[in-house]
Amino acid sequence: MNKEYRYEPVIGLEVHAQLLTNTKIFCGCSAKFGAAPNTNVCPVCLGHPGVLPVLNERVVEFAMKMGFAVNCSINQKSIIARKNYFYPDSPKGYQISQFELPVCENGHVIVSLKDKEPKKIRIKRIHIEEDAGKSVHDLPYGTGIDLNRCGTPLIEIVTEPDISSAEEAAAYMMKIRQLVQYLGICDGNMEEGSLRCDANVSIRPRGSETLGTKTEIKNMNSFRNVEKAILFEINRQHEILEDGGSIIQQTLLWDADAEEARPMRSKEEAHDYRYFPDPDLLPVIISDSWLSSVRESLPELPASYIDRFTNVFGLPVYDAEVLTQEKSIATYFDEVCKFTTDYKSASNWIMGEVMRILKEQKIEICSFPITAEALAELINLCQNNTISIKIAREVFGYMIVEKKTAGQIVKEKQLVQLSDEGAIRTIIAEILTKFPNELEELKSGKEKVFGFFVGQIMKETKGKANPQVVNTVLRAMVTEL
Amino acid sequence: MIQYDNHRQKLALICSGQLSLQENVEFFLSNIKKQSNLNAFISVFEEQARKQASLVASKIAQGNAGKLAGMVVAVKDVLALEGEKLTCASAILANFTSIYTATAVQKLIDEDAVIIGKTNCDEFAMGSSNENSAFGAVKNPVNAEYVPGGSSGGSAVAVAAYMCDVALGTDTGGSIRQPASFCGVVGLKPTYSRVSRYGLTAFASSFDTIGPFARSIDDVAAVMEVIAGYDDRDATSSKIAVENYITELSLTSDVLRIGVPKEYFGEGLQPEVRSAITSILDKLREAGHQIQEVSLPSTRNAIATYYILTMAEVSSNLERFDGARYGERAENSANLNDMYCNSRTEKLGKEVKRRILLGTYVLSAGYYDAYYRKAQQVRRLIKEDFSRVFSQVDVLVTPTAPTTAFRIGEKSTDPLEMYLSDIYTTSANLAGIPGMSIPVGSDNNGLPIGLQIMANEFQELELLKLGSVIEKIMR
Ligand SMILES: [Zn+2]
Repeated sequence: MNKEYRYEPVIGLEVHAQLLTNTKIFCGCSAKFGAAPNTNVCPVCLGHPGVLPVLNERVVEFAMKMGFAVNCSINQKSIIARKNYFYPDSPKGYQISQFELPVCENGHVIVSLKDKEPKKIRIKRIHIEEDAGKSVHDLPYGTGIDLNRCGTPLIEIVTEPDISSAEEAAAYMMKIRQLVQYLGICDGNMEEGSLRCDANVSIRPRGSETLGTKTEIKNMNSFRNVEKAILFEINRQHEILEDGGSIIQQTLLWDADAEEARPMRSKEEAHDYRYFPDPDLLPVIISDSWLSSVRESLPELPASYIDRFTNVFGLPVYDAEVLTQEKSIATYFDEVCKFTTDYKSASNWIMGEVMRILKEQKIEICSFPITAEALAELINLCQNNTISIKIAREVFGYMIVEKKTAGQIVKEKQLVQLSDEGAIRTIIAEILTKFPNELEELKSGKEKVFGFFVGQIMKETKGKANPQVVNTVLRAMVTEL
Repeated sequence: MIQYDNHRQKLALICSGQLSLQENVEFFLSNIKKQSNLNAFISVFEEQARKQASLVASKIAQGNAGKLAGMVVAVKDVLALEGEKLTCASAILANFTSIYTATAVQKLIDEDAVIIGKTNCDEFAMGSSNENSAFGAVKNPVNAEYVPGGSSGGSAVAVAAYMCDVALGTDTGGSIRQPASFCGVVGLKPTYSRVSRYGLTAFASSFDTIGPFARSIDDVAAVMEVIAGYDDRDATSSKIAVENYITELSLTSDVLRIGVPKEYFGEGLQPEVRSAITSILDKLREAGHQIQEVSLPSTRNAIATYYILTMAEVSSNLERFDGARYGERAENSANLNDMYCNSRTEKLGKEVKRRILLGTYVLSAGYYDAYYRKAQQVRRLIKEDFSRVFSQVDVLVTPTAPTTAFRIGEKSTDPLEMYLSDIYTTSANLAGIPGMSIPVGSDNNGLPIGLQIMANEFQELELLKLGSVIEKIMR
């Protein structure tokens, strides 16, 4: 029997999202990146003797937003706890986090994979915590510690072990990224580490109820790596079980270059974190009014955009999903639709030409040179037959380079479509006389030659002739002959 | 000698030109030098204190000085003062300089107090005799063969031996009240959350408090008025308004309902201590106050509960002293783990390590429920005991410690015996309520006896009221 059938993977993910608050979670230091090492620090985040943490309420607010977006229940009383462990980039010797009673519990998201039923993945909890600093190895004098990141706020989103393939895991990550970006609580950048993922992976005989021994994989810093690493681990575990071996519970580090997961030294993972409520911080109390004001402040989420794009703008579901992958694209589309009624063309333009340019130039839609209104003007010129779709693509190219409106370009370059039947008739008559042999062939019923004449007419008019008018008039003239 | 009983009198003398603040500071500095055998100070700010004295003197002359202008204050060396050493009496911080100032200390400075130095104490405030200091034991000024009590022994000695006007100490399980009792001065442990803990090197965060030592109730009140109050740097500090203790104290005194908890007068109480307290109670009754016996049945669980919870917090609070980023580091370690292990083994004292290990144990997986969680439940029972009693009485009167000061070395080999010297003081920390020790005479060896007053949370004024009455009785 095929291995995919004999064993079933059981995967749970722990996702850390770095929050876009101005200041750190427990002090007034800036939470921005890129400052010189150890400059965004103060006695509090340096963990000096005598300092105390004071909770940044925005962090709770951001966690609540995520909780709402993934259908969690919000605990109106939650407890902040200490997670104790020694590491040089953890200046207090403990991380302030949550253990019993996190801010959010019991939610879910739905992920859709191509050709598969939508899958519900349950979310066990979302809690708030502080990030650690960074150890910078291989400096001339050894290892240095940069504590700028220390105390920047995180939420940790933990799933139930509901994920059953590497592909699903990657899709779940995409979903989480999409949501944090829509909420504006995290930039969602996996490569830069603002969105991080650890995976718990085990496999069990298909149909079995008992869970196999799990391993934890860390250090997967892209969506592709999440998928690759989990696939690697599923295969590794499968081979061990097939050979009659057993899985050792351990933590593995994904090496993206070598494309393999290697065990961490066992000493580093033998932790008893000795969680206990942090006596320096009171329980987080969320009042009814705070709860409802955060709920009311939630921005429109992807599901609602998709609903609107399909029902109001009549787009296919596929289009709606592509356009809503990133919030900035969805709002761009929305904006375009304020200035045109040809919604499907707007969708085609964005999914095609616009996204192609973004990819080629490696830019975000916010720095795309054509405004939504300008793109709508171009679409309208097509819709009212002022220019053909072919000319429109040419105009689009000019718009990117010359930063002029479609109307200006069409005017300057005299690209207005030729739709006048009389004028087209005159041009066709001239061309027909130029190619007597081909004309004979056409008369004798050789359809292939029809296309040849259309091509000649377009060439003569530099592509400006309205193709539909050319077709009709040419057909009529041939029958007349 | 000193010509004043309290700060108000001192300020009046300075204003009228009868006392020079600069000479006053010199007097304290020379006392510190003369009695250096008592080992009360870790740092003395000779030059800064002189400079500050002239500055404040001119401010007083101009009439724009703060409330505590010219009050000469010593600060326990677990409190941060920017630019000065913060050793916590530990070898691991022997050369550590603080980069910021504790809120309580800053508030004193803002009211023009003169900080004269930082006092010795038990390492990280853990101890009841001030023998656990990397800078050597502190000695009792009454008899240098005896301990001054701990952990704030240096602060108690500095006040008792006229090395300053008042001193700040910290109290986690009796560390202000017990040394105040042993040295014959007044020491007040405020309600938990009444004084900001920002800048107090944490021992047990849910117990730690900062409070004053003084030679008069009046000065205790004056310091409390300044250091108490909400601080946005301490999330646990209370927003309840601070009373004008001095004004309130000067009003006619009320008849107080005084409770005497029977559990505090049992076995192990030194007879002279018992009779000193009883005689004060008699005089209070004569003065018209109502005295009644009450019961706090959970008292017997206080010591066990206190040590389980504080050690758990210690194990976490002291993790930052690992040799990695600041403080002392052991040399020649093979790797990171060895460096942690060697630094903490070499640079932390025995008692501190004992508490870290026990605290680590009680928080460990599998033991948490049996110890930590259980102790939290008992802590709630102890609190309930007190709230019940404070519905019947305004204050409680007990001995501060079962005995007067003991000899140096007498209990240092038996930690349990040492822990029991906190038997009357830990309950107030468990319940979060305020307590104060006030001197009420001495034993046959001339060693001071302390009387403890406890009140309901935020009722510091009740402590001060009864304290004033007893102070008058004693004069
Ligand atoms: Zn900071």
